[in-house]
Amino acid sequence: MANSIPDTITGHRGLQLEEPLIFEQDAPGRTAVDLPEVPEIESRLGNAARKGEIGLPGLAEPQVVRHYLRISQKNYAIDAGMYPLGSCTMKHNPRLNEKMARLPGFADIHPLQPEKTVQGALAMIDLCAEWLKVLTGMPAVAMSPAAGAHGELTGLMTIRAALEDRGDARKRVLVPESAHGTNPASAHMCGYKVEAVPANEAGRVDLAVLKERLGDDVAAIMITNPNTCGLFEDEIVEISAAVHAVGGFVYCDGANFNAIVGRVRPGDLGIDSMHLNLHKTFSTPHGGGGPGAGPVVLSEALAPFMPLPYVMHGPDGFQLAEHAGQTDAKPYGRMKGFHGQAGVFVRALSYMLSMGADGLRQASADAVLSANYLAARLNDLLTQSYPGPCMHEVLFDDHFLRNTDVTTLDFAKAMIDEGVHPMTMYFPLVVHGALLMEPTETESRESLEQYIALVRGLTERAKAGEAASFHDAPKYAPRRRLDETKAARNPVLRWQPPIDQAAE
Amino acid sequence: MRYLPLTDTDRAEMLAAIGAGDIKELYKDVPADVLLDQPVDLPFHAGELEVERQMAALAAENVSAGSVPFFLGAGAYRHHTPATVDHLIQRSEFLTSYTPYQPEISQGTLQALFEFQTQVALLTGMDVANASMYDGATACAEAAMMACRVTRRNRVVLSGGLHPHYREVTQTNARFMGLTIDALPANAEGGENLSEHLDDETACVVVQNPDFFGQVEELSVLADACHAAGALLVVVVTEIVSLGAVEAPGNMGADIVAAEGQSLGNPMGFGGPHVGLFAVRERFLRQMPGRLAGETVDVDGRRGWVLTLSTREQHIRREKATSNICTNSGLCALAFTIHLSLLGEAGFTKLAALNHAAAVTLAGKLAAVPDVEIVNDAYFNEFTVRLPKSAAQVVDALADRHILAGVPVSRLIPDDPAVDQLLLVAATETARPSDMDAFVSALAGVL
Ligand SMILES: Cc1ncc(COP(=O)(O)O)c(C=O)c1O
Repeated sequence: MANSIPDTITGHRGLQLEEPLIFEQDAPGRTAVDLPEVPEIESRLGNAARKGEIGLPGLAEPQVVRHYLRISQKNYAIDAGMYPLGSCTMKHNPRLNEKMARLPGFADIHPLQPEKTVQGALAMIDLCAEWLKVLTGMPAVAMSPAAGAHGELTGLMTIRAALEDRGDARKRVLVPESAHGTNPASAHMCGYKVEAVPANEAGRVDLAVLKERLGDDVAAIMITNPNTCGLFEDEIVEISAAVHAVGGFVYCDGANFNAIVGRVRPGDLGIDSMHLNLHKTFSTPHGGGGPGAGPVVLSEALAPFMPLPYVMHGPDGFQLAEHAGQTDAKPYGRMKGFHGQAGVFVRALSYMLSMGADGLRQASADAVLSANYLAARLNDLLTQSYPGPCMHEVLFDDHFLRNTDVTTLDFAKAMIDEGVHPMTMYFPLVVHGALLMEPTETESRESLEQYIALVRGLTERAKAGEAASFHDAPKYAPRRRLDETKAARNPVLRWQPPIDQAAE
Repeated sequence: MRYLPLTDTDRAEMLAAIGAGDIKELYKDVPADVLLDQPVDLPFHAGELEVERQMAALAAENVSAGSVPFFLGAGAYRHHTPATVDHLIQRSEFLTSYTPYQPEISQGTLQALFEFQTQVALLTGMDVANASMYDGATACAEAAMMACRVTRRNRVVLSGGLHPHYREVTQTNARFMGLTIDALPANAEGGENLSEHLDDETACVVVQNPDFFGQVEELSVLADACHAAGALLVVVVTEIVSLGAVEAPGNMGADIVAAEGQSLGNPMGFGGPHVGLFAVRERFLRQMPGRLAGETVDVDGRRGWVLTLSTREQHIRREKATSNICTNSGLCALAFTIHLSLLGEAGFTKLAALNHAAAVTLAGKLAAVPDVEIVNDAYFNEFTVRLPKSAAQVVDALADRHILAGVPVSRLIPDDPAVDQLLLVAATETARPSDMDAFVSALAGVL
């Protein structure tokens, strides 16, 4: 119990160091950056010069280093241990990628330098694009989207542009109930009405219902494959054919491409457009919430509408198409400043070159094998939502916790005390109290065994009536359960100086 | 293969435990005719040394900014980043964690985001800021869409001084959302009267400061006019260092600030990843896009942070969400925060002063070149120069002389004879007097 540990004088507990906010360590005038004296000049700021102080705290370098080091130690990370966060694909992030992204020839170049001074950067984007096209079996790729959701929006806009071009704007986009929240949100931002499609009892899109919902006002279906239940949509070819038959397009959420890289090409499934989360499938780090990159592969029919900019092969080397007039294509617009997440492309390309066609194919197999191994070793105790083999992640629901007074949330918090990051909870929404586990190919056999042992152990405890210990968890994390209701009811979203200090 | 820990023995034993004969049985839901039984036609795996050589060869084909006199800006700026920043953001705990969904083991990311939000609010003079957007251009588009939600109006006025990429991204989004965009023509000479374009359908006016051409303005009068017409003022900032010397948008009446934070902590990196900043007045909080870190306490009463107000977001609200954004620019935001923490008030304002001094010094030198004219009267670290011939040709000729001279306006605004001879020139603390002299004398040589 927490109160069996005597309070320390400092509030620290050994290596668990408490750390105030940077604003609470201010000494006016102090700085951690030595800059030269400012030359005497006549100001040209006109009447727009800043009048007051900003209120930034002053610290010296050692203090800033300690501050961020100490707070970093309050984070779990894939470098520290297993992070089976389903759908998020927390695989190993190679340090070689980081080293390559920091080469001055990539990091220290400006996006608007003359093209002849950045041929290597354009070649890098082109090579990354080439790998993505071959792996997906698709003829074109829009590289500029900044993340998965941004890619969804790009794919749908491309579809809408192609439809409008044939004078057939359409109104509806069909989205399976199990889809990630970004799917309906993206469809809405593209100006479409979203209509849900239910799943069948096997956790896949119900083809019969889908056919009923289809019509000549359906612009697209947004399907996730493998889907968010960790299952391959076995009727994908029929689904694509049905959507094409009414003149619609098939958008695929490719967040789960990591299960099938090098084994299945979405281009062979009738898919017209799909985003790739380079920060999932292609090992670039999540960095506590980004950055990512969400290139979107496109079919022959959609390619002409691809947004600007993109790299072209010209007579004197690589060129950028930055304006509609530079191509005979019909780009629908622009998604982002400059040319896309170039630094993320460098990392993803380093990974692809390292893994190669053979290694990528092996990684998919290992990810799928590991998820199925978890399923095989856990499904006598936990309740797997859908029988049969899964892809790269396995979905359980909370039926196994019935009458234990332990919720999925409690179970997750108890996992924290056991030293692993919990799986994804309460997503997808189609099963009750979802626990979605994605081990990825990164975990060794030993690490999988340890995980299995802890999940089994916790399940046995829950079933043995030890609910109280779950309600109390986590006990060993830097913080115990946090009051989310208070945070939302009375939002404190920034530091404010203490009242007496502010009043001075 | 160095990233794959499973051995063939493991694989065989695991398959046996599953009860599958081979891996193909696990892919049984895939139609047999699309399941590849050979690797795709791409090279096979390679060791670090080989990959490093291949990547380094590509990098070597680029002229890096640090190797030549360098004066480009236009929304991406070259600043010196202290070594501490890159060291700290590569801490595994920051680099290799996900969005902080489990707050008890993500306090590091959450505390850093709370500090980031505070810093952004302070710099912009606004009440609250979110935990980042993809970049400045997408933040600008989100700001315009948010203004339409807040005012329940549909028309957006874009200043001609808005960065063309920001304009294009906003126009693209607006078209699909069914919003009307009134984009005023680009005009380096200034004199735009945005108030004249307000009407009772106008949701917001979007104005950039310093603007695309480098001009800085006092915006209070425009803000008052917007508010009198029931519209919001959205202020875009593409060079965040300017706020160490230029008045904060919030102090001039802005309702939403959409900015690019690359200048602090992040390399130009050929245009990304960068970090969008988004700050608003408190009363618009619930219409804001993106993630928010908020303060709370744990069951022992200790202060901590969580992601909050997520009922605005896609994972709860789906198609009714304020935005579809999920992954944002977390690590770039962290780099921003660490750089700004190192600078502090004294360092940041001095950095801004150095930038301004560099630009004033360079403008003075350029103005002395025959037939070269500085267009702006008020600017921060970037200004527009009128040349006696095509700016694109001059930049091209100077690149051959190993000088990266600036951005020809025609690169971003094509097919407009009025901008053909305009060159955007930026000078930051990284520009040495010797770089400026090399630029000026080479320029004289190619005119
Ligand atoms: C299935 C699915 N779709 C879409 C997304 C959105 O991707 P991103 O976070 O890169 O925008 C995610 C990521 O969480 C996802 O899991």
